[in-house]
Amino acid sequence: MRDAGVPASRVFFAGRMMTAVDLTLPRATEAAATAGKSRGYGRRLRGILLGLVLPVGLAALWELAVHLGFSDGRLVPPPSVIFATLWELARTGELWVHTRATVLRVAAGFAIGVVAGTVIGALAGYSALSRQVLDPMLQALRSIPSIAWVPLFILWFGIFEESKVALIAVGVFFPVYLGVMGAILSVDRKIVEVGRAFRLSGPALVRRILLPAVLPSYIVALRSGLGLGWMFVVAAELLGASEGLGFLLIDGQQLGKPAQIVAAIVTFAVIGKTTDWLIEIASAPLLRWEDRFGARHDGA
Amino acid sequence: MLVLDHVSKTYPNGVHALESFSATIPQGEIAVLIGGSGCGKSTLLRAISGLDSASRGKVTLDGETIRAPHEKIGIIFQEPRLLPWLSVADNVAFGLAGRSGRERRAIVTRALERVGLADKAGMWPRELSGGQAQRVAIARALVPQPEVLLLDEPFSALDAFTRADLQDHLLSLWADSRPTLVMVTHDVEEAVALADRIFVMRPHPGRLFDEIAVTLPRPRDRASTDFEKVKRVVLTSLNRSLDRTVPDREDKTLVGEAMWW
Repeated sequence: MRDAGVPASRVFFAGRMMTAVDLTLPRATEAAATAGKSRGYGRRLRGILLGLVLPVGLAALWELAVHLGFSDGRLVPPPSVIFATLWELARTGELWVHTRATVLRVAAGFAIGVVAGTVIGALAGYSALSRQVLDPMLQALRSIPSIAWVPLFILWFGIFEESKVALIAVGVFFPVYLGVMGAILSVDRKIVEVGRAFRLSGPALVRRILLPAVLPSYIVALRSGLGLGWMFVVAAELLGASEGLGFLLIDGQQLGKPAQIVAAIVTFAVIGKTTDWLIEIASAPLLRWEDRFGARHDGA
Repeated sequence: MLVLDHVSKTYPNGVHALESFSATIPQGEIAVLIGGSGCGKSTLLRAISGLDSASRGKVTLDGETIRAPHEKIGIIFQEPRLLPWLSVADNVAFGLAGRSGRERRAIVTRALERVGLADKAGMWPRELSGGQAQRVAIARALVPQPEVLLLDEPFSALDAFTRADLQDHLLSLWADSRPTLVMVTHDVEEAVALADRIFVMRPHPGRLFDEIAVTLPRPRDRASTDFEKVKRVVLTSLNRSLDRTVPDREDKTLVGEAMWW
């Protein structure tokens, strides 16, 4: 408390207020954040644990059911078998080879899709003329199911990496394009006017007003683009690949190894979630200013 | 000196918002535009700011025609319009491009102290109350030291106590460097508390109806009988401005007599 002259009853009251606030919701203010840092970690941990209860519980139940002989666990392998398979794949180095191939494809496709989506989205958002020219065609292309591109891409780019990367890039492009264009169109006119009143125009207006204003939606667009990238890489790898997690899936199906399929799915889940989390972590410091409803509940 | 020379505005959708507004506002004067809705107050203010241009007529500041936002003209909107991604201090510094970091920090610190928010410098705009946010907006507009400060109903969204407090605060800030203030309001008390001159406008199309000089000494006592008298003069004029049977320019001498209490 900064002033010593506050009567004791006021301080007491303020103290009680603090506890009352802490009991209800995590406050988004920085003061509260530093004050309750250790409690914040505790809350985070609790959130993670809560999220694990259901999957771990179900896995344990299934493990128990197989052990007790209620099922032979052949088509739905119990967790112990899946982990054994994962461990085996990791030990032989196979898991690394396949994961690496898939991650590289997603990375290349994501990079291309993001650059194209950002540039064209920015163009369509900024200039009404280019929007009228570009948007109808892109919206039509967007409604084409992803798999429909595969034969064409194979003819164009061959059966190796290029066609797969192209498919992923297409998947990433649309959410990023839409996100960027929508974000620019929805920038508050009143905020732009503040920029104009301070005589900003052209690049300065873009840098100091538009970019920060669209950043939150842009991050969301990147995250949904990445999600689609992970979807499309499976489609690409299912249709013919000699390595990659999608290949592990097909291989497991053809050789009748459900544990390998589930192991590949688990790996997808772990890497997909990790990459999404990386974007979230990297963007968090840039978005601290946001007045979000979710920010108060995000402790988990 | 700010000269408004037959400023008219017709919007592209055909709305005739302002017809031939002329006035000469000497440097340092506090001019208040008051009137019912649709009388072109905000249109006129935006024309002075250079955010919109006049369809006919022109605005000149010290002989220079205003066609776009000008460094000598600052504006405060009805909403604070702080940039949510900048801290309070960075918002105040927004118009200070081209100064060294240290100089900028010193100016911002002084400005925030002046509006009584020195302890809020590191906060985000969302953490401020409405009155605090509007004070930051005032600091932001004043920091480049404009010669003319335009205010578009800046306190209308605030509660009565905060409003009176900010009006006094604005006056004390104004006394620092005496910029010309042009303020739009629909609050008669606010107009009388602040103005050297009140321009009463009437709608359809927006145009000047009446000019009332306020010569009450500052600081003005809102409870005094003189204050009440001027309020009544303004209210009467406002009522007459909305009465379609009253012709445009009133007989000045009548209002003039009412002024000499």
